Amino acid sequence: MNINPMNFVYNLKYMGLGMLGIFIVIGIVIGVTLLLNKVTEKN
Amino acid sequence: MEIIYENILQIQWQQIVMWIIGGLLVYLAIKKEMEPTLLLPMGFGAILVNLPFSGAIETLETLFAAGISNELFPLILFIGIGAMIDFGPLLSNPKLMLFGAAAQFGIFFTLCFASMFFDIKDSGSIAIIGAADGPTSIVVAQALGTKYLGAIMVAAYSYMALVPIIQPPVIKLLTTKKERMIRMEYTQKEVSKTTKILFPIVITVIAGLVAPASVALIGFLMFGNLIRECGVLNSLSETAQKSLANIITIFLGITISLRMQAAEFLTVETLLILCLGLVAFVVDTAGGVIFAKILNLFSKKKINPMIGAAGISAFPMSGRVVHKMGLREDPQNFLLMHSIGVNVSGQIASVIAGGMILKFFM
Repeated sequence: MNINPMNFVYNLKYMGLGMLGIFIVIGIVIGVTLLLNKVTEKN
Repeated sequence: MEIIYENILQIQWQQIVMWIIGGLLVYLAIKKEMEPTLLLPMGFGAILVNLPFSGAIETLETLFAAGISNELFPLILFIGIGAMIDFGPLLSNPKLMLFGAAAQFGIFFTLCFASMFFDIKDSGSIAIIGAADGPTSIVVAQALGTKYLGAIMVAAYSYMALVPIIQPPVIKLLTTKKERMIRMEYTQKEVSKTTKILFPIVITVIAGLVAPASVALIGFLMFGNLIRECGVLNSLSETAQKSLANIITIFLGITISLRMQAAEFLTVETLLILCLGLVAFVVDTAGGVIFAKILNLFSKKKINPMIGAAGISAFPMSGRVVHKMGLREDPQNFLLMHSIGVNVSGQIASVIAGGMILKFFM
């Protein structure tokens, strides 16, 4: 098994992109849920 | 006479080690009641497949091809899990979902860490142990074609069972007693039936549009939830929660053990995967807690940072762990509704994280 410490640094981009992606999707879900609550509350 | 001892002479020490590991899993399942529904079949299966010239391997290979290679078993299990989940606490306070997102940090940290030792597809498969969700781990690991499925499954389910042991020290290390005693008011907000019905449909559409790789996982989870919430399929909902989930779980556990044959399992890589899985769980927990502490810097209404740890998924153990820790610090501090809400959001976020990993590396 080879150990390549530089891979940690090289793959940090996936950490950034992954977390950003999750927060964007969750952000959209929160927005839609708030909207759903608002709309159905009126009804 | 020779026929009897001929097979016995074929036993290798590695197989005996696997019997011990299998026995340990059975012990943990029965005596400690740690994820018994999966650890017991896996433990027994580990013994079964490590008998010399085991005739069970062919049958398990058939089951593996029928239900795991094509990701069928974990996805069907997700229908049952979806039918078990009540999104009510989350829908009444949707902002809790942010903690579920933050607590996926361990997955991506472990991805980077694992990439120092493994190729990127194996690293993604190992990192998803941090999803603290068995079906997601199986689907991602299988889709990425890793050869370490057995070790990943053992790590995922063992650490899920060990959540009450893993999380408290990490939470205590990152919080002060004063922070752990923060009380959070819970006001029951009415969530309409229409919202509860529309929620699973809308989430599926959003996930499908934004992270298409996760749509099978989230879609089956939400389908199960829709059956639960629609109000006209109570019988199906009950079947999904009990009979369906139980049948699939029986097959899943024993079939996974096919990947626990000594030659494949007893390697340095397995040990490393077990360590990396632990890293994923610890960093997930830390991610959720630290995120809550950061929010507290800007918010007037203080949040008990312990609830961030429940975002790890591992439903419902993690939510209960946080609730019990809150009660230990202050017997009048009831965090259950908040922690379960965060816990459920972790379930959604971990599936999205799985979709992200698939999007990156498939």
